[in-house]
Amino acid sequence: METKHLTRLGLLTALALALSWAESTIPLSVSVPGVKLGLPNLVVVFALYRLGRREAWLLSLVRVALVAATFGNAFSLWYSLAGAVLSLLGMTALKAWGRLSPLGVSVAGGVLHNLGQILVAMAVLDSGAVLAFLPMLLLSGTVAGVCVGAAGGILVRRIRL
Amino acid sequence: MKQLRYDLILIALLLLLSAAAWLLLRPRGEGAVAVVTVDGAEAGRYPLSEDRTVWIESPGGYNLLTIAGGAAAVTEADCGDHTCVRTGEIRLDGQSIICLPHKVVITVEGGEADGVDLSAH
Repeated sequence: METKHLTRLGLLTALALALSWAESTIPLSVSVPGVKLGLPNLVVVFALYRLGRREAWLLSLVRVALVAATFGNAFSLWYSLAGAVLSLLGMTALKAWGRLSPLGVSVAGGVLHNLGQILVAMAVLDSGAVLAFLPMLLLSGTVAGVCVGAAGGILVRRIRL
Repeated sequence: MKQLRYDLILIALLLLLSAAAWLLLRPRGEGAVAVVTVDGAEAGRYPLSEDRTVWIESPGGYNLLTIAGGAAAVTEADCGDHTCVRTGEIRLDGQSIICLPHKVVITVEGGEADGVDLSAH
């Protein structure tokens, strides 16, 4: 990997980590756990379009590991990991499909992230009770995806690396 | 801009999906039933989740129980004081409508708890 490329990737990963932390300091929802803006996804979407698929995966997975190692915990690691992997799978597939703009890809990523977390919660708690959160998480994932995706779309268009 | 159309379709689909999920998965006051007793004997139990009207015959006359929107109310009666009708809707666990002249008691069992009584306890 070229040094310049590596540096960019490192910078963006650091940015994603910083956004994760910033987001963790603003609790958005009191009643439904897992509702959040998904600011780090801004960087992931940008990386997906401007650096490449491999880089986006690397960035996102390293971010999850760093969050767990710094201000997260072993428990939250599994939630984030499932969310990140499902979201990455969906976003890379949809980007390859080519019909969606970064906005749509980001929306899918947001919703899939929440879906991954719910699946882990169901497995961990061995109960379908968390499904009651599904409607709110679908809705919040969509809305957050639109916000983050709109911003991400602008970044992808304006910033050429 | 063609991409934006697919974006909008995706967003619309997801909004529909969350609405559908909400309809399917919302917590219902399941198990809440209106128990009707006439002169101390149970005359019937009706789940509050199903809308219906029940004609309650008693030695003194009749009361018309209407269950709608998860609540029970006596909407019509030929008793003298109409206290039962004026009681209005009941939906919380333990709430009741009483018609003294006809010795009819309608009580909600199960379902959501009455927050006022809970805090009083």
